[in-house]
Amino acid sequence: MDGGAFTTAFHLIVSLDPTLGGIVALSLRVTLTAVLVSCLIGLPVGAALAMGRFPGRSFVVVFFNALMGLPPVVAGLVVYLMLSRSGPLGDLGLLFTPTAMIVAQTALILPIVVSLTRQVVEDLWKEYEEQLRSLGATSMRAIPTLLWDGRFSLLTAVLAGFGRASAEVGAVLIVGGNIAGHTRTMTTAIALETARGDLALALGLGIILLAITLVLNAGAFFTGRLAQRASG
Amino acid sequence: MHGPLTILPLRVSGLGFVKGDKSLLDGVSFDLRHGERSVILGPNGAGKSLTLRLCHGLLKPNSGRIDWNGQAAAEGRRSHAMVFQRPVLLRRSAAANLTHALSLLDLPRRERKERARAALERFGLTELADRPARVLSGGEQQRLALARAWALRPQVLFLDEPTAALDPAATKAIEDAIQTFHREGVKIVMTTHDLGQAKRIADEVLFLHQGRLLEQTPAEEFFKAPRSPEAAAFLTGDLLW
Repeated sequence: MDGGAFTTAFHLIVSLDPTLGGIVALSLRVTLTAVLVSCLIGLPVGAALAMGRFPGRSFVVVFFNALMGLPPVVAGLVVYLMLSRSGPLGDLGLLFTPTAMIVAQTALILPIVVSLTRQVVEDLWKEYEEQLRSLGATSMRAIPTLLWDGRFSLLTAVLAGFGRASAEVGAVLIVGGNIAGHTRTMTTAIALETARGDLALALGLGIILLAITLVLNAGAFFTGRLAQRASG
Repeated sequence: MHGPLTILPLRVSGLGFVKGDKSLLDGVSFDLRHGERSVILGPNGAGKSLTLRLCHGLLKPNSGRIDWNGQAAAEGRRSHAMVFQRPVLLRRSAAANLTHALSLLDLPRRERKERARAALERFGLTELADRPARVLSGGEQQRLALARAWALRPQVLFLDEPTAALDPAATKAIEDAIQTFHREGVKIVMTTHDLGQAKRIADEVLFLHQGRLLEQTPAEEFFKAPRSPEAAAFLTGDLLW
């Protein structure tokens, strides 16, 4: 690899190259939306799973735990089959759109959010149950309290979800199709440009991806710690 | 301020609790009337905390009945509060701990704030209102737990060894707070293994031993001449289990 790639990569970043900018913006939009959707679904579902007692509960718990290790290409393949013309949701015409990528990444993040939320809420409920029931809370009523009191641990779950989604290639490649200017994300672009030999763009994207991950994690870590210190 | 006293007397009859194949409480019966501070005494494992939890409705008995002024246990809920040995406080400010508890009573927001403020003031916690509850000292945490119970305006307050983990100064503050409840007409039902504390607080003593109630005696008489030999042995420090 020639050292020129680094220089070009650096130049692409500081010059705010529009192609690069578009790819970064799409990646963030897809991943952050997937994280948001996963939290909206995963936090209440995880909490309900922690508090609920129903037949087959252990199976559901193991199921979500196992899904945390779901290979992205498999998630992509399943979503592809669902959304393809002949698939059950084919009429929606979502294949090879950013929406399809959001769906695929949500499938990857949701199990993480559900499983970690369940664990956090279950542990907190053990600690709080007598007190909250003494105050008159039912288990359903206790869920918002537990989610709020577990907010610092839950932040880790959200970050883990973001990390998994922003780093994966397989799922977005299969359902998005890596179409330039439409469904090309940082990871799919890196894979493509590396294969094509445009190491400068690939490297520039790699650096940006690392930087975003680092900044987000650092931001979450330090605000979390500050807030934790402020609230005990 | 605590409304008409309607839930007392508390009538417990034939209370039994079994865990696994072990009987932890057997045939416990007593009446608790308004006005007296009742202290449940007994060695470790006698079933003191269990009795409180059953009366408070946190556990269901395997046998026996708990009636509040003739009504089944569930009816009296929310008219009695409980303070635990180790206070469980939420990860938020002292004031927010109170407003959270009050929100569970479905009180309007303004009243929650007002009651929380009054409770903090009553127990000398106003200055700590915005501090995270979890960083308060053990004594402050327990006082906050008492303030939380007070804000609920209970008719009966159950206390499960509320000072077992506290130093003498904090213990004094908690005992003062308990007397505050008593003066305001709240029925006190408390467990302790501290004889000095029992003497300072009790109007009557319920002595439990190995899951059975051996006597319910006015405090003065109990400490002078207990009716059961086990209680006598307990008072001289010879009965540990």
